[in-house]
Amino acid sequence: MNIAVCINHVPDTAAKISIGPDSKGIQQQGVTYIINPYDEFAVEEALKWKEKLNAQVHVLSIGGDANKESIRKALAMGADEGYLLKYDGYLDSHSAAKILAEEIKNLNCELVFMGKQSIDYDNSITGQLTASILDYNCVTIVVDLKIDGNKITAEREVEGGREVVETILPAVITTQKGLNEPRYASLKGIMAAKKKVIQEKPVSTATPLVDLISLKTPAPKNPGKIIGSDVSAVPELVKLLKEEAKVI
Amino acid sequence: MAKNILCFLEQKEGNIKKSSLEVLSEALKIKAEKNSEVTAVVFGDSINFENILSIGLKELVHFKNKDLVLYSPSAYGKVLLDFITENKFDLILFSNTALGKDLAPKVSAKLNAGFLPDCIDLKFEGDDIIAVRPIYAGKALMTAKVNSDIKMFSLRPNVFPVNLPSEGSSINVKVVDVQNPDLSNKVVEFKQTSAKLDVAEADIIVSGGRGLKDPSNFKLVEELAEVLGGAVGASRAVVDAGWRSHSEQVGQTGKTVSPSLYIACGISGAIQHLAGMSSSKYIVAINKDKDAPIFNIADYGINGDVLEILPVLIEEIKKIKK
Ligand SMILES: Cc1cc2nc3c(=O)[nH]c(=O)nc-3n(C[C@H](O)[C@H](O)[C@H](O)COP(=O)(O)OP(=O)(O)OC[C@H]3O[C@@H](n4cnc5c(N)ncnc54)[C@H](O)[C@@H]3O)c2cc1C
Ligand SMILES: Nc1ncnc2c1ncn2[C@@H]1O[C@H](COP(=O)(O)O)[C@@H](O)[C@H]1O
Repeated sequence: MNIAVCINHVPDTAAKISIGPDSKGIQQQGVTYIINPYDEFAVEEALKWKEKLNAQVHVLSIGGDANKESIRKALAMGADEGYLLKYDGYLDSHSAAKILAEEIKNLNCELVFMGKQSIDYDNSITGQLTASILDYNCVTIVVDLKIDGNKITAEREVEGGREVVETILPAVITTQKGLNEPRYASLKGIMAAKKKVIQEKPVSTATPLVDLISLKTPAPKNPGKIIGSDVSAVPELVKLLKEEAKVI
Repeated sequence: MAKNILCFLEQKEGNIKKSSLEVLSEALKIKAEKNSEVTAVVFGDSINFENILSIGLKELVHFKNKDLVLYSPSAYGKVLLDFITENKFDLILFSNTALGKDLAPKVSAKLNAGFLPDCIDLKFEGDDIIAVRPIYAGKALMTAKVNSDIKMFSLRPNVFPVNLPSEGSSINVKVVDVQNPDLSNKVVEFKQTSAKLDVAEADIIVSGGRGLKDPSNFKLVEELAEVLGGAVGASRAVVDAGWRSHSEQVGQTGKTVSPSLYIACGISGAIQHLAGMSSSKYIVAINKDKDAPIFNIADYGINGDVLEILPVLIEEIKKIKK
């Protein structure tokens, strides 16, 4: 069996975001990039099933050369092959999904892991789009997964609880924190990953279905007031919440 | 443009969810501006439609089957896709709930329609619908539009006001019995993890962090949430420490929330936490460090010991709730 894991390369969660001069992207200075945190759960889950199903794990990432760093991280954790689908600049999710679907088909992957969300554009849609294009089943925001033959039983996180979902392979699973604990790469893994060739392939897109018009930073909040430093401030707080904010 | 609007509604235990009423309100607002027609659909078995029968909908369609009470991506997807194709909707609105997040993009891929998720504002500029959506967990805002003829958006819960007009006479619900739904992908069980309200749906959130010192002190946070009718949230520090469940985590790798009131108790205000809650309408911070970053975005702050302040705050709120 072949398993695909799709990973995105995104600004670190601690990054301060400021908008670039063209208003279409962010300033790159001082921003470090990491593998999308949810995609680490996707890689870990793929490796778990690689062992159980005796499968090959293919790591796919669309983006610039910088994405190789995250691909290598996944290889160091234990993935078999890395593919950089080269594209520079903003890519809408439908185009990304078409590219990923195409590669997944080429590689004959029946089981696909993606993160539940990229923490850059926070779309949370690429897994679902890709599954639909491939006509694969799809379970999103997964925190527990069992596969038995071609039968899948997954639990997904929803408001107030978990849904138990039953479906069959082929399928795309989008991973949520709680599903597993991503392993650290061993020194041996890191050395081996350095030697692996990441296959590169330029990709192109048709006219995008959505256009990014501009980015901006939200208006800063006016700093509020410190009402006091002990319990004597509580009645004043309650009064403000009731009469000024009118939220209680 | 936006002549024929479809709203996808969700029910829980037979009642239309508040987030769906927000979607309806937005659609009816567009209708008033653009003279559009608004249709709404919902899946389930027995459903209470009482408060949405005379709000000016063109049609209210109930896809009925007892196997569709819980979500089925395959069945909902197929039925909805056929319905959209038959009726030629040009604007389709979802709520960005766990269900909306799962279903909307799948439908959009099949329709080859552009879709923008998690919008906090929609406005018209000529024929274009300009959407605003938070990105980088709220550290930036993206303005974008959809190019395809069918345009799809999902709305962030708790941002759009519920404002249902009272208009026209009561319409008849069109009940469609769904025969042999495709249940190849189906929710077979819902496991409730907390008896209480989820942070993603709450209008008031009381969140606790490491400043509470001990997991048992979270009972103060729970009690304050209860007297306010709100939900309990948590920082990642206390989730990672195993004090609270991940479903309560607020922030960049937890839930993004925008309640009317967010009370941060013993939370420092790390950038990843702020990212998930800075769009709350009012923020209260209780922290003993006057330099804690949470105070930079708080509307009201008390610079003191949370373990002393919470019991008094609970009592004061109880007084006014009587
Ligand atoms: C990749 C990544 C993702 C992350 N995602 C998230 C996320 O989604 N959500 C999130 O919350 N964090 C996230 N974090 C973690 C974040 O950086 C912080 O570590 C975390 O938010 C801190 O939690 P805290 O405020 O409870 O604890 P601390 O930072 O330790 O703050 C405790 C606060 O309590 C105050 N305090 C102590 N005692 C008292 C008292 N008696 N009374 C009043 N105040 C008191 C202190 O002054 C301090 O300000 C993420 C980090 C990384 C690296
Ligand atoms: N450029 C990309 N290359 C590979 N996978 C991606 C890319 N962008 C998104 N994904 C995958 O899709 C998931 C959801 O992303 P998104 O829909 O952008 O929030 C991510 O967690 C990745 O698994």
